[in-house]
Amino acid sequence: MTDLTRFTIAQAREHLRKKDFSALELADAHIKAMETHRDLNAFIVETADLARERAKESDFRIKSGNALPLDGIPLGIKDLFCTEGVQTTAGSHILKGFRPNYESTVSQKLRDAGSVMLGKLNLDEFAMGSSNKTSYYGHVKNPWKARGHATELVPGGSSGGSAAAVSAHLAMGATGTDTGGSIRQPAAFCGIVGVKPTYGRCSRWGIVAFASSLDQAGPMTRTVRDAAIMLNVMTGHDPKDSTSMPTKMPDVEAVLGQGVKGLRIGVPKEYRPAGLNAEVGALWDKGAQWLKDAGAEIVEIDLPHTKYALPTYYIVAPAEASSNLARYDGVRYGLRVPGKSLDDMYAKTRAEGFGKEVKRRILIGTYVLSAGYYDAYYLKAQKVRALIAQDFEKAFGKVDAILTPTAPTAAFGLNDKVDDPVAMYLNDVFTVPASLAGIPGASVPAGLNAHGLPLGLQVLTKRWDEATLFRVCQVLEDAAKFPGLRGGA
Amino acid sequence: MSLDKATVRRIAHLARIDVPDADLEPLAQELSGIMNWIEQLKEVNTDAVAPMTGGTDMKPAWRKDAVADGAQAEKVLSNAPERHDSFFAVPKVVE
Repeated sequence: MTDLTRFTIAQAREHLRKKDFSALELADAHIKAMETHRDLNAFIVETADLARERAKESDFRIKSGNALPLDGIPLGIKDLFCTEGVQTTAGSHILKGFRPNYESTVSQKLRDAGSVMLGKLNLDEFAMGSSNKTSYYGHVKNPWKARGHATELVPGGSSGGSAAAVSAHLAMGATGTDTGGSIRQPAAFCGIVGVKPTYGRCSRWGIVAFASSLDQAGPMTRTVRDAAIMLNVMTGHDPKDSTSMPTKMPDVEAVLGQGVKGLRIGVPKEYRPAGLNAEVGALWDKGAQWLKDAGAEIVEIDLPHTKYALPTYYIVAPAEASSNLARYDGVRYGLRVPGKSLDDMYAKTRAEGFGKEVKRRILIGTYVLSAGYYDAYYLKAQKVRALIAQDFEKAFGKVDAILTPTAPTAAFGLNDKVDDPVAMYLNDVFTVPASLAGIPGASVPAGLNAHGLPLGLQVLTKRWDEATLFRVCQVLEDAAKFPGLRGGA
Repeated sequence: MSLDKATVRRIAHLARIDVPDADLEPLAQELSGIMNWIEQLKEVNTDAVAPMTGGTDMKPAWRKDAVADGAQAEKVLSNAPERHDSFFAVPKVVE
């Protein structure tokens, strides 16, 4: 019997329509994989029964000739998306037992397209982290290991469960969310494709909010085509999110074969600091060469405010988070710790319900927004953010896309001590600038380092130009011939 | 910018997070470390720069001010840690 978990979404879609196997068989294969690999801790909640039920509905539609775009495709949903009747925790103790009565717009769209939800994927608490170690539900393991080593590695974060599940073939694809790199960095660490579309492409409605001016959902898959198939379904205007784009995204699957001939690709020199990991730098050069070989022109560009992106992010994101997370007060849902007064109940509930990193960010956010500091920190950060966005605008006057590494290193050890929060924040040094500017970005697995661990390349384009983004990604994927965890995507 | 214990106590109160006295000093040091790193933004000349206040360049959309949803008390209350009839129950606020 063929292992049905080896297929890509595009392949499975064809096989299902030709009735080579049923959606139920496909779901069962993935449920078995999910149960066999519980050691990865990728899922917080498994929804096997629900998956079988939805797979049967898909089989009925396929049989009657009414197949939907994603009918029968087994997906994992990051546990930051509210799912009707299914526990949604954001990886936090404070949302203990929370079962939403509604479905997030993005997961609803995936459901309406016929996909089959396997369960809710683990993440850093409230999507705050780059290692998946801040989850109340325990850390996720990266399915990859360094060649000849038994050391457990982090999957990256915050969408670490999503990246691990897709990489290990537990799900064909997964949703992620990206606030400062939370789709792209774990995708790079786990050797998969991760796409953060333009801010405003995917509705944020029903996604547990972290930093509202930065949060954006996107697909995580094993191929560029699969990411395009998922993103085509996930995007679209939503009256319930006033920042969602009213016009439809062009079909990004249709542009995949168009190549990069004649495109100008920018390589920003600020992304090559002294001391850049040599293998990361070499892979970046290789990526530029691949695009050149495919007919693109490589242009050196300046993004002069790059070094200020991380400190800007660590004002803007915690400020918005401190406001968004004020809603967790033990009154309406989740954890409640009794107190002598209402105020005491709030303070005790929040002390017990939030983890260390979340508290740290709430306190930073509260501080920079507090009386007397607002102008010095928050307003200043918003101005620097404008300069970072202008850097990109100027660059896109000269180039069609930008190529950079996704992360400064490959996945690091689960037990590596990272005591200094700032050292952990540096993981996102290449992904945060695009988040601040609101432009789309994607990570494509492009090679292995000397230890056999995946490294990713990041592609960025101007706002609303996901079409060019996918064209460039496809060329990189074709040239890289990345082996995948099983030695073949 | 260094944060002292008193400042941490004040912002923890503003954020309604109980922080034990013993944790105030280590937390002050940790937060000061982050804030000192953030100080580098002062180098950037932003005199003539308008702040970027959101993630998008789109103009905010208008919509009709109309009721679109409602009358779902049971659903709204279904996750309540404590309730009385169709109300959330909290410790007594008014004496």
